[in-house]
Amino acid sequence: MGVDRRTVGGSPGPVAPVIEAAGVGCTFTSRAGVTEALRDVSLTVEAGEFVSIIGPSGCGKSTFLRVVGDLVEPATGRVRVNGKTPREARLHRDYGIVFQSPVLYEWRTALENVRLPLELAGRPRAEWEERPRALLRLVGLEAFRDHYPWQLSGGMQQRVSIARALALHPSILLMDEPFGALDEITRDRLNVELLRIWSESGATVLFVTHSIAEAVFLSSRVVVMTPRPGSIDRVVTIDLPRPRTDHIRAERHFFELVTTVRESLREDPALPGPLPPPGGVDGSRRTRRIG
Amino acid sequence: MSRLRSYVPAALVLVAGLLVWEAAVAIFSIEFYLLPAPHVILRGLYESYPVLLEAGLYTFTEAVVGYALGCGGGILAAMAASRSPAFSALVLPYAIASASVPIIALAPLAIVWFGVEQGSKIAIVALMTFFPTFVSTLRGLLGVTPQALDLMRSCAATEQQVFVKLRLPASLPLVFTALRACTTLAMIGAVVSEFFGGPVKSLGVYIKSTASLFRTREAWSAILVACALGLAFYGAVALAERLVMPWRAERGEF
Repeated sequence: MGVDRRTVGGSPGPVAPVIEAAGVGCTFTSRAGVTEALRDVSLTVEAGEFVSIIGPSGCGKSTFLRVVGDLVEPATGRVRVNGKTPREARLHRDYGIVFQSPVLYEWRTALENVRLPLELAGRPRAEWEERPRALLRLVGLEAFRDHYPWQLSGGMQQRVSIARALALHPSILLMDEPFGALDEITRDRLNVELLRIWSESGATVLFVTHSIAEAVFLSSRVVVMTPRPGSIDRVVTIDLPRPRTDHIRAERHFFELVTTVRESLREDPALPGPLPPPGGVDGSRRTRRIG
Repeated sequence: MSRLRSYVPAALVLVAGLLVWEAAVAIFSIEFYLLPAPHVILRGLYESYPVLLEAGLYTFTEAVVGYALGCGGGILAAMAASRSPAFSALVLPYAIASASVPIIALAPLAIVWFGVEQGSKIAIVALMTFFPTFVSTLRGLLGVTPQALDLMRSCAATEQQVFVKLRLPASLPLVFTALRACTTLAMIGAVVSEFFGGPVKSLGVYIKSTASLFRTREAWSAILVACALGLAFYGAVALAERLVMPWRAERGEF
């Protein structure tokens, strides 16, 4: 079951957060000059939470995720993952990652792609069959285990990449706009599926997206980021009950939360246009309404 | 079977071409030493096939051994160079530029260095096939996407694992592109090197000496043998490609 962070553990005393970032700053040097991608980003994620980071393109949300995953070195600040540095956490294989593109190796079948992390971790061959099969079953693709990536649709490929991210029972799942390239129908379906997978795996999820509806539907908390330099503008707690199904998208409170997040994004001075008054509850599928 | 059927149009074109050739020679009464008719060439092939077979095998051996040395060396050198992208960036422009060097022009010198027998031809073939294979393989090994590398990094893969499980398989399509192209280069290198000198029992010398005596029927028969060997060589490598990369073969990419 997906549980709210306030009910996790239940043991008295402080439980170490899964992700703890304090004052993270990040700059990139290119021919165009130095770009400040992140400034003073602080965020704490507790065990079992599903936290989304939302913001316009280029706001640094992916960069923050990559800092947590030790794929990018921060210029300033301190990050702790399971009480370790991101590098230690990566070497201990604490997290599984899902990128925007599935990044499946074309020479491997679905099953072979899913078992790649097991091979890289030096797990015995005896484990190479059972776990990947169970994971493909989890994402509903057991029948496609011997298919090559090109034989799978975009949505199926992304499900394989989610199964691969879960191969080593990671405590953290880092997801970088995993459904950004998919059509909305597939995306909605995979959102429901992801919540089921999340509740079964018990992992903590850090999820980057630019879809407001997706962030609200999935998350315990939505972190709103503003660009240039990327920093956290606001954190919206999503108190929708779990388990969540597609029906929740039609509920009034869902729209209210979507509106709250949208308005947080609108307050960004970098975006043009005055704010129209929140006009009813009809806009869940539109990303932005500017008068 | 449908695969076999897809070759039918190409086969018909071949037959039509031969018929046009045959007809043109008859209609315009072309002298036999200028262009013998196909049936004359085929008869020549039949009559002198023991000689042609020996010469063909001799030349083919040079091509295959030189190819194995050149392509094998190119792949190994590329694997070594890929360990250092900085070094690769240093040598790659020269390796690419070498494609415009007419290596075959070294054939007379190769005879001086390696003797008039097979050694000099093998050396030329090896040199001709080395650089294209080196360049293609190196590009394949270094050309993996940043995302594919990020995935490896997120899985805490070692350099060794990145090489074996990502770079090597990712480079295969480019490696085989070079390997296929080099079969043609190898046959050209072997036959043309022989024009500069070699034993009589080689295709190049046979073609050169018969042509200079206006025995064009024999020359054409030998050229036909060279073509057949070249095609067989290419076909064998293409088959190996299908076996090594089943994920592409199924897709019908060849």
